[in-house]
Amino acid sequence: MMSSHKDRTGKGGGLYARRPDVFPRAVDGFFRRLKWIVMAVTLTIYYVTPWVRWDRGPYAPDQAVLVDLANRRFYFFSIEIWPHEFYYVAGLLVMAGIGLFLLTATVGRAWCGYACPQTVWTDLFLHIERFIDGDRNAQIRLKQAPLSVGKVAKRVTKHAAWLTVGVLTGGAWIFYFADAPTLLRDLVTGQAAPIAYSTIGVLTATTYIFGGWMREQVCIYMCPWPRIQSAMLDERSLTVTYKDWRGEPRSHGLKRVEGQKTGDCIDCNACVAVCPTGIDIRNGPQLACITCALCIDACDEMMAKIGRPRGLIDYATFEDCEVERKGGAPVPIKRTLLRSRTLIYFGLWVAVGVAMLASLGARTRLDLSVGQERNPLYVQLSSGEVRNAYTVKVRNMETRERPVRISIEGLPGARMWDSLESEDKAAQVMEFTVGADQVTKRRIYVSAPRSGPAPADFAFRVESRDDTPNTDREETRFDRPEDGQ
Amino acid sequence: MSDEETKAIDPATGSEIKNHEWDGIRELNTPLPRWWLWTFYACIVFAIGYCVVYPAIPLVENATAGTFGWTSRGALDKEMAAAEAGRAATNKALAETPIEAIDPNSPLMRAAVEGGRAAFKVNCVQCHGSGAAGSPGYPNLNDDDWLWGGDIKTVYQTIRHGIRQPGDDLTRVSQMPAFGRDQLLTPVQIDDVVSYVRYLSKQEKPSQSAARGKALFAANCAACHGNDAKGGRQFGAPNLTDPIWLYGGSRDALTQTVTNARAGVMPSWEGRLDPVTVKMLAAYVHQLGGGE
Repeated sequence: MMSSHKDRTGKGGGLYARRPDVFPRAVDGFFRRLKWIVMAVTLTIYYVTPWVRWDRGPYAPDQAVLVDLANRRFYFFSIEIWPHEFYYVAGLLVMAGIGLFLLTATVGRAWCGYACPQTVWTDLFLHIERFIDGDRNAQIRLKQAPLSVGKVAKRVTKHAAWLTVGVLTGGAWIFYFADAPTLLRDLVTGQAAPIAYSTIGVLTATTYIFGGWMREQVCIYMCPWPRIQSAMLDERSLTVTYKDWRGEPRSHGLKRVEGQKTGDCIDCNACVAVCPTGIDIRNGPQLACITCALCIDACDEMMAKIGRPRGLIDYATFEDCEVERKGGAPVPIKRTLLRSRTLIYFGLWVAVGVAMLASLGARTRLDLSVGQERNPLYVQLSSGEVRNAYTVKVRNMETRERPVRISIEGLPGARMWDSLESEDKAAQVMEFTVGADQVTKRRIYVSAPRSGPAPADFAFRVESRDDTPNTDREETRFDRPEDGQ
Repeated sequence: MSDEETKAIDPATGSEIKNHEWDGIRELNTPLPRWWLWTFYACIVFAIGYCVVYPAIPLVENATAGTFGWTSRGALDKEMAAAEAGRAATNKALAETPIEAIDPNSPLMRAAVEGGRAAFKVNCVQCHGSGAAGSPGYPNLNDDDWLWGGDIKTVYQTIRHGIRQPGDDLTRVSQMPAFGRDQLLTPVQIDDVVSYVRYLSKQEKPSQSAARGKALFAANCAACHGNDAKGGRQFGAPNLTDPIWLYGGSRDALTQTVTNARAGVMPSWEGRLDPVTVKMLAAYVHQLGGGE
């Protein structure tokens, strides 16, 4: 088939293609400024958070956000999460998931265009490149220029700057896992753990490679998210759209041929020049479009210059496009945002959030967990009583020591003693002190008469013996020979 | 005609259509990035290098050794040697300290118990069970009933030299007479003794048979089991008044025991296992719940 369609492959028919160079031109406008704000906020949060202090008293670290893997604690300001409370993290992930559904259903690939680390860091790297090499045209000239001292100097400076950002990025990451000031001192003096250096090394490499070299190829070839997101978009999701019914047929420059109808697009290629993924939005929606909206800014600028209304390229829903194409007025943005799908997503998102907050507010910081020993289930003692063994853990999740009392509920005639002590110490209750922010684990023997239900359900109970008493209880069972019934 | 002119372009995607065709379905060319091809070549180069330095190609008897001389068995040996070296200090301390002198709350005792737990799983569970709860004929080591004594030194002695182990002079030996088989007691008398023993352990109510058995017990059994029938550890004679029965406390089982006697055997572990492991086993058994 000989075709009159435009060949967009530009790849000479090979099975493998070189990466086409992308030199995005700088642009200013509403969306560019929005991106500046998002970039400033996200990068500030990322780099500064580990340095924020939060006083938790003498027994806990004073870092506001800390993933303490060695001691198995997660600190987030006033919230402290223990490993057995990992469901809060799961809840956060559920919220993040629903939040992305919500975002995608309303504003399309806004995550890709504004907040994805790949986008934010690539943007940062592009700005560094522009600062050193100049804007698009200067970059193209520099690439084509023969090797010279000036070119080498610029290249070295650029890659050094990129690597510096990479080191800072990798460096900031590890501060989330240890006390930041201490770790920084150790890093500088060479005393930090090898894993700290290797983590910085790996993250430096990924930041440098992804931000400096791979850029849009990460989005196009590596990331599963564009594929998933395109499945979550619907006719009423906002996407960056070239309004071809208004723009076509394109006129080249402002020289319009008398009597020939022309659209608003003057084929200035500004939208292509500013695109960080190097695509032409006028070819319609495509996987490589991360909806960063810089082409909207570029086009608006041009429309203002030639005295045409803005928005030849604009955020629009598929439904709006259909309406506008036929000459109708698009649905107001409020109705696009507030519809059953987005409201349900929002409702779910809020419900999970409220449930987590409520459970965080209501949780007690004294926890008892009991595991019955299964092998053997019970031991016949020479006294005629039967003994079971339990591993009892008392978690004191407060930053103070707490004296506690363990007792048994619902097992007549039961006595207990620590397995490290002799049976002479057996008693109805057991008392000990649990250190601040610690777990005390005891192996406890419980003996009870041989006669009784087999197995018998009963419970251990813990209560703190201080001025703000907390309690917790845990159901378990007592096994005995069945002939004892 | 150049390539460019003959290219067929798919209008929907703008991609080139290749000439391959299957039942009217034609293939688009979506070129892979060139760097991806280079990573593929890099993997091939890596694989070749890997085959050179590590064992890779299977031969008839073995495989190519690789220039590094690495083997998984060698890696295991190295790790085992490192682990052994890591335990050297503990093992030395255990070898030098008499078992009764190890502080029960010391790290040394905890190390001994953990070592014993591992050795028990390999050497002892066949008879005593994985939870050391025993089975008929093989004592439960969790309870407080000991035939030969339950303090740590005695347990250690029992494990070292075994019970009725031929060829070990220090082994624990005793022999209950086979009262029925050797016609020391008549079946009726045995029945009476069984009644008395079951009365002692509160399994039966007092009876005339038990009353007759009491006299027979005093004459025939009390020498080893004691006048109060609470057993005699110097003979490994069990306590007959408690609810714990090595061979069962039913009428049938007891009649069987008195008629034919019982004499369980445990191997002596000294010589089979190294001295430190035997000590560790004693530490482990002693802390199972019945240690005295």
